[in-house]
Amino acid sequence: MMTTTLEREQAPFPEFDLKAGRLAAGRKWRNRFATVFMIGAFFVAAIPLFFVLLTVVTKGLSVISADWFTADIPDVASSVLASKFGATDVAPVVYGMAPAIVGTLLTTGLATLIAVPLGILGAIYLNEYGRQRRFAQVLRFFTDVMIGVPSVIMGVFLYAVWVVPRGVDGRSAVAGGLALACLMLPIVVRSTEEMLKLVPDHLREASLALGSRTSRATMTVVVPAALPGITSGCMLAIARAAGETAPLLLTIGSTRFLNAHFSGVNTALSTQIFSNVTQPGGEPLAWGAALTLIALVLIFTLLARFVTSRFALAQS
Amino acid sequence: MTISPTTAPQETLTPAPLKGGGRRAPADTGFRWLSFLAGFLVLAVLVGIIISMTSKAWPAFSKMGFSYFTEEKIDQVNQIYGSKSYIYGTIVVSFLAVLFAVPISLGIALFVTEVAPQRLRWWITTIMDLLASVPSVVFGLWGFLILRPHLNDIYNSIHAHVESIPVLNTVFGPSGGGNSFMTAGLIVGLMITPIITSIAREVFATVPRNDKDGALALGATRWEMIRGVVLPHSSGGIVGAVMLGLGRAMGETIAIALVIGANPQIVSNLFATGEAMPSVIVRNLPESSGDFQAALIGLGVVLMALTVLVNIGAKLLVARIDRLRGA
Repeated sequence: MMTTTLEREQAPFPEFDLKAGRLAAGRKWRNRFATVFMIGAFFVAAIPLFFVLLTVVTKGLSVISADWFTADIPDVASSVLASKFGATDVAPVVYGMAPAIVGTLLTTGLATLIAVPLGILGAIYLNEYGRQRRFAQVLRFFTDVMIGVPSVIMGVFLYAVWVVPRGVDGRSAVAGGLALACLMLPIVVRSTEEMLKLVPDHLREASLALGSRTSRATMTVVVPAALPGITSGCMLAIARAAGETAPLLLTIGSTRFLNAHFSGVNTALSTQIFSNVTQPGGEPLAWGAALTLIALVLIFTLLARFVTSRFALAQS
Repeated sequence: MTISPTTAPQETLTPAPLKGGGRRAPADTGFRWLSFLAGFLVLAVLVGIIISMTSKAWPAFSKMGFSYFTEEKIDQVNQIYGSKSYIYGTIVVSFLAVLFAVPISLGIALFVTEVAPQRLRWWITTIMDLLASVPSVVFGLWGFLILRPHLNDIYNSIHAHVESIPVLNTVFGPSGGGNSFMTAGLIVGLMITPIITSIAREVFATVPRNDKDGALALGATRWEMIRGVVLPHSSGGIVGAVMLGLGRAMGETIAIALVIGANPQIVSNLFATGEAMPSVIVRNLPESSGDFQAALIGLGVVLMALTVLVNIGAKLLVARIDRLRGA
């Protein structure tokens, strides 16, 4: 300490001009360009999102009325044809989407009932029993692989093992729900495992020291501690499944009429969007279904975020 | 007050027996097996997918042999089942998507981790989450009805500008309505941006504070610090993030099915219509039968093999993040 003070007194530190203005022009501009690029990149992604949401909301709201949630899906194609051939007694089209809303709830609900309990149990195996064992690591690896398998493959799988053997009766909300469950299962397993990992070990040890077995410690201490995180992970998985189209398109069939049963052909919001985009006169139906679907998905996503930020254990 | 161990009364120190048996032991073992089976189910489904799809696709594979991969497309009339143009479409679209998404995603990730003030970060990640949560069919709907006409005009003007330049006039050839490889690539690029961004953010967060401060203390500008410290440190993780995005792009189905044009062909014109593996499956499988059905399921097998390979590669590269964070 002494010597440095002395040295500084003897030879004063030469004054450099370190102001940003003295930076060489090339370096300065490269830095500015990089900053502008980063901000610009954000807007390149955010502006299309804004326009997508804006179009869906404005076009969707103009279609949605009270009938939307109760009426069957109108046969827009034949109305268009009828008016094209000069028919004057065509009844005004009542835009309804109730069958698709029910279908989406049925398939997503069934998928949730299957995938959430099994997924949480699988995660409990990975984190509470398997840990670093060889088999648990293999399982973890293939769960990640399965998360990367495209959703259309789940549709092809259920189509091959469920729809084809059953023939005409194969297409139903059950087949769709099973396809979505295959999609959700690995997502639930991995997100739940991440949440279980955050539960501090001393909670487990305290429970075990009181004489409880691993199963009891898990169900009464570990899972409750991680529950908010598990809930939000499951909600994200549900949101993802509700928005899926490809697996349902192959497994659920198509109908314009309400079918509140698991058996028999059904329909869903996402498949209605897909089929109405190219159908003459179907555009309003597609926009309305898109708004309904986005609202459903966003509610789950935002709820998940809210649960995470309010109740979940902090990361690391 | 020290009591030597030998004088301590042994009996009173002996705790109650903690043997493994007891009334509740079967319940614990049962729970253990239940959770094991649930975990095993994931593996079983994966194996089930592979076996069932391969066996259903076998008629097409055995009938065509290796020419399944050399014939251009499925021709039901002449009973020729090929896959080349669909594989080509998937590769072109996912390559374009990655080409657009990577610079944008890395820019956003760097903006979030290095530039944006704390309060802005929350908004940016929320907007990225929103972008990730919009269902792909909605992007397809918007792309088909709203974006496509505008893109068609842009394609035509680009083509008019490069008409006399040798290579560019074939790559940016005449546009036919706006349904094209390029439109699909743009929309899928937008869809995989939040995925690459979120992984890239995690990767950038593992760069040690000291390295960054060191670079800045040596007089580096922020960009020089990013180029000299952040990017080299995260290169492996970035490649992993890009591959995960590529895997998602290859499997993307509905958005592509709506905007690619459903016209299997191998052309170098990016503004021309084409077809991809997932979209031909989803459009034709429900009404298919016989060898045609087998050929479509065969495309599913090819698609699954490609995406699984890409994802395993990505997983091995991203696994480095965990190791770096643990260190």
